[in-house]
Amino acid sequence: MDTKEIKILAIESSCDETAAAVVVNGRDVRSNIISTQIPLHTLYGGVVPEIASRKHIERINQVIEQALEAADMSLEDMDGIAVTYGPGLVGALLVGVAEAKAIAFATNKPLIGVHHIEGHISANYIENKDLEPPFLCLVVSGGHTHLVRVVDYGKYEILGRTRDDAAGEAFDKVARAIGLGYPGGPKIEKAALEGNPFAYNFTRPKVADGLYDFSFSGLKSQVLNYINSAAMKGEEIDNNDIAASFQQTVIDTLCDHASMAIEEFGMDKFAIAGGVASNQTLRKAMEDMCREKGVKFYHPSPILCTDNAAMIGAAAYYEFLAGKFDGWDLNAIPNLKLGER
Amino acid sequence: MKILGIDGSGLVASVAVVEDDNLVGEYTTGYKKTHSQTLLPMLDELKKMIELDLNTVDAIAVAAGPGSFTGLRIASATAKGLGLSLGCPIVSVPTVDALAFNLWGSDAMICPIMDARRGQVYTGLYRFDIDGNFKIERPQCAVDFHEIAEDINSRNPDTVTFLGDGVLVFKELIAELIKAPYKFAPAHLNRQHAASVATLGMLYYKNGECETAAEHRPEYLRLSQAERERLEKEGKA
Repeated sequence: MDTKEIKILAIESSCDETAAAVVVNGRDVRSNIISTQIPLHTLYGGVVPEIASRKHIERINQVIEQALEAADMSLEDMDGIAVTYGPGLVGALLVGVAEAKAIAFATNKPLIGVHHIEGHISANYIENKDLEPPFLCLVVSGGHTHLVRVVDYGKYEILGRTRDDAAGEAFDKVARAIGLGYPGGPKIEKAALEGNPFAYNFTRPKVADGLYDFSFSGLKSQVLNYINSAAMKGEEIDNNDIAASFQQTVIDTLCDHASMAIEEFGMDKFAIAGGVASNQTLRKAMEDMCREKGVKFYHPSPILCTDNAAMIGAAAYYEFLAGKFDGWDLNAIPNLKLGER
Repeated sequence: MKILGIDGSGLVASVAVVEDDNLVGEYTTGYKKTHSQTLLPMLDELKKMIELDLNTVDAIAVAAGPGSFTGLRIASATAKGLGLSLGCPIVSVPTVDALAFNLWGSDAMICPIMDARRGQVYTGLYRFDIDGNFKIERPQCAVDFHEIAEDINSRNPDTVTFLGDGVLVFKELIAELIKAPYKFAPAHLNRQHAASVATLGMLYYKNGECETAAEHRPEYLRLSQAERERLEKEGKA
């Protein structure tokens, strides 16, 4: 009986976190180091791609060395080197990709390119040892909003995606409009706790020709228009109420879509993933919805919701088992599609 | 002593292995594919061809900048990944110095020019003395082409040799502004060569000028646009 442990060094640099992790057998995280650049980008009100790329290259070796040290392992112990190669900011991705390729090349280990969203979905495997496909997963972050049917490991069917802004992007834009600043997600969530979610009645966005697709740009405009017209009329508005009502509308929309898909496909497991999945109000709403339906609900801890490399190591393990390795010409693909590779 | 040289600062992708005074192998392409698709596959080819054991490499010399921001980072991240894995140091070689070093032994003043867009060039001024020592007369910089032209004229050289991808862009301005006789380096010398990076890197390495793979970072010679705009705004405020 083969009881060999598969140890993977994973690297993630698709946006504004430089991250490295050591993951054993896809679910056992031995280290998960994240060096965030958020304070730096706050100066600009959002992520500046060139600055992100510059910071990645300044931090990447230290982050990898810390990940190996925290796992008490060396590069020689690794069975494979995994890296996010898309989607994301191309300049940022390229730092991780070039670094991972060079390490795999120099140590003569297999190279595993990982899809960032597959990583987010796989974050659920880490703390839920019982979770196996098939299940339904809602991925919500600053760059992505996807409703995905996880058919099998490495096999995904996209039911719905955003047609314009990602949910997290709408959080950022509304946060800016009411003076909360960047990053918008946690700031809206905090303000919303002090506000009334039913104070303003924003319309839930619908996409005419896509049952499960999302559109958050219209909702964002609704909120911005409301704020502008109130300002012109000299009316007082309560920013906490705006935050709470906006957040509630986003959550209701996400819940509706997930609930419909659970019914249509007869799913008995539902997971959330991505940065916005750490929003407690969203999590509670999803949990309640699942309880009502008798569906098992999964979610990663906040540290595994944010961009991290442990989730990349989790996804890479199943690629490793399937023998899906990449060549030295692996390139960063900023708009890499899920399930199309 | 064995040095691995890497250059991804411009359109050219180049890798080379120099052992003492022997160029064991160099692979250079000036083709439109991205460095992400070329540099490591080329190094792999070279490694196989010259049966290179990477563990015998003493240091990695990389053209650290200036140049294309993304190209520099691909080359640097490649060097950093190799350095981390092999536990060997990195020598940051200024891109413009390495370009000038292509013309070793020339009697002319050497002026590499790389197109830096917006009318600017990455450039510097160099000479080889009678003993073949490399003299940096003006360290690499990002300036308006007119500024380097004035600098050259003020030094009143006997002759100047231009090279680099900026030659094509600034040919007319060179004709208009440069007073001394000048020539352009030919195809086999006028672009980045990892062998020059490695050879110059070996000199720097022997002078103790190297860093750890973790410390190494590109030298852009320019802030990002966002930083520049923020500083301008703050300066005015």
